[in-house]
Amino acid sequence: MLEATGLRAAYGPVEVLHDVSLTARAGEITCLLGRNGAGKSSTLKAILGLLPPSRGTVTLDGAALHALPAHEIPKRGIGYVPQGRRLFRELTVAETIEVGLMTRGEGRETRDWVLDLFPRLRERLGQQAGTLSGGEQQMLATARALCLRPKVLLLDEPTEGLQPSMIDLIRDVTVRMRDEGYAILLVEQRMDAILDLADRAVFLETGRSVETVARADLTPQTLHRRLGV
Amino acid sequence: MQFGPHLLLAILEGLVTASILSLTAMGLSLVFGVMRVVNVAHGEAYMLGAVLAWWVTGLIAGHPAAGFVIAAIAAPLIMGALAVASDRLVLKRLNYDPDRTIVATIGLLYIAQQTTLMSFGPDARPVEPPFNQRIALPWLERTEEGWAWFYPWGLSITSYKLFVIAAAALILVAIWLIITRTRAGLLMRATQQDSETAQAFGIPVGTVYSVVFGIGAALAALGAVLVVPIQQAHYLMGGEPLLLSFIVVIIGGLGSLPGTVIAALLIGLSDGIISVFFSPTLAKIIATLLVAMVLVFRPRGLLGKAPA
Ligand SMILES: Nc1ncnc2c1ncn2[C@@H]1O[C@H](COP(=O)(O)OP(=O)(O)OP(=O)(O)O)[C@@H](O)[C@H]1O
Ligand SMILES: [Mg+2]
Repeated sequence: MLEATGLRAAYGPVEVLHDVSLTARAGEITCLLGRNGAGKSSTLKAILGLLPPSRGTVTLDGAALHALPAHEIPKRGIGYVPQGRRLFRELTVAETIEVGLMTRGEGRETRDWVLDLFPRLRERLGQQAGTLSGGEQQMLATARALCLRPKVLLLDEPTEGLQPSMIDLIRDVTVRMRDEGYAILLVEQRMDAILDLADRAVFLETGRSVETVARADLTPQTLHRRLGV
Repeated sequence: MQFGPHLLLAILEGLVTASILSLTAMGLSLVFGVMRVVNVAHGEAYMLGAVLAWWVTGLIAGHPAAGFVIAAIAAPLIMGALAVASDRLVLKRLNYDPDRTIVATIGLLYIAQQTTLMSFGPDARPVEPPFNQRIALPWLERTEEGWAWFYPWGLSITSYKLFVIAAAALILVAIWLIITRTRAGLLMRATQQDSETAQAFGIPVGTVYSVVFGIGAALAALGAVLVVPIQQAHYLMGGEPLLLSFIVVIIGGLGSLPGTVIAALLIGLSDGIISVFFSPTLAKIIATLLVAMVLVFRPRGLLGKAPA
C-alpha cells in the first residue's frame, strides 16, 4: 500500500502542491482526478522524489520513501509511466528495456514476460525509441515501468493521444496488473475510462486533495460536480 | 622538397594535431552532451595534465619510457579526481544551471592557471619522449627506368608521433565501446536523453555527472601527456586546445561523438596542411571562418541532431 499524507511541494519559489493526501491499495486502481494544472503530475513526481516534497510523508508498506534520494525510490518498487511518455529517444527498444530491468536487478524472465505482454516491441528491439509510432511508444513506456516488477504503478495519462484499439490494449494491461495485485495510481482524463476502471478516486483542486470517493459513489454526477465535465 | 612528399608530411603532422585534438574535444563534447555544461576550464585540464606529466616524469629516474608510462596513468587519474571534486563542490551546488556553470568554470580556469603559475612558474618545461627514432619515409617517383622508391630529403616522421596517432585512435575506440556497449555507457546515454526520467528508473544522475566530468578532464589530460614530448608544458598552454575543441565541437555537432572525431580530423588536417604550406596563423583564421560558416548554414553542426 502506498500512502501519501500532507504533501507540499514547489517548483523553485512557486508552491504547486499545498496539501495532498492519498492512498493506493494493492489490487486496486486508484484514479487521481482534477482539472488541467491541478497538480496531478506534480503529485506523482512528489511521490517519486523528482519534485521533492517540503512537507508530508510518503510510505510504501509502512516504510518511508520521502527521505530517500530520488534514484533510490523506484528501487523500492515504484514503476512510473510519465505523462507524454518521456522515452530515452535515442536508445533502442532493447536498451530501454535494459534500463528498466537494471533498476531492480530483474533478468531474462521479466524481460520475456514484458515482451510477451507487448509482442510488437519484440519485433522492434533494434529500433530507436524516438522513431516508434505513438502507440508503440506508449507500449514501450509501459513495458519500461513493468520491467521493475513494481509493487505500485504510477500511470500518468497513459492513453493520451492514442487510437481506440491502443487504448483498449493499455487498459487491458492495466486491469491485468490490478488483478495480479499491483497497486495502481492512475491519472486519467477520459470519463468512460474513469467510470470503468476506478476502484477509488481522489480529487485534486489546485494542489489540494479535496475528496476521496469509493467506486459505489463514483457517478457521472460526482465527476460533473468536481470536474465540470 | 617537391609537392607530393611535402603534402604527405603536412598530412602526417596534421594527423598528430587531429589525434590530440580529438581527445580533448571528445572530453568537452561528452561533458556538454550528458551534463549540458559548457566547461570553459576544459583547457586547464589539458594544461594541468601536461604539468603533471612533467612533474611525474621528473620524479622517476631511469629510462624516460618508465616515467612516461607512469605519467600516462597518473596524470589522467589525478586530473579526473580533481574534476570530480570540482563537480561535487561547484557544479552540483549550482544545479548544473547552464549560465551559472559557465561563470563558475571561468573561475576554475583562473584558479588552475594562477595556482600553476605560483607553483610551477612561468617557464615552459620539456618532457623527454619515451622513444624518438626518426623514420625516413619513402616516396614513389617516375624515373627513366620506370617507377622507383626513393627517400626524399626531409620526408620523415618520428616514431613517437606515429605512436601518438595510434594511441589516440585506440583511446577513441575504447571510449566509443564504453559508451555504446557497456552498462555504464547505457546509464550515461539514458541520463543524457532525459535526466529526470533516468532518476525515476534508479539511475544516480549525480554520480553519472561526476563520472562524466571526471572522464572529460581525464581525456584532456591524456591528450596533454601525449603532447608534452612534442610541445613543452606551460601554464598558459590551455587556451589553444580550448578554442580548438570548441571549434571542433561546434563543427561536429554538440554532443555527437562521431561528429567530434570527423571535425577533429578536418581541423587537424587543414591546420597541418595550411601551417606547412602557408602559416599557422592562416590555419587558425580558416578554422574560425569554418565555424562561422557552420553556424550560419548548419547551426547544429555536421552531425548534430534537431532537439526532441
Ligand atoms: N517544471 C515546472 N516548473 C514550474 N511549474 C510547473 C512545472 N511543472 C508544472 N508546473 C506547474 O505546476 C502546476 C501543476 O502542474 P501539473 O503538471 O502537476 O498539473 P496536472 O494536473 O498534471 O495538469 P494536466 O492535466 O494538464 O497534465 C501548474 O500550475 C503548472 O504550471
Ligand atoms: Mg499532468
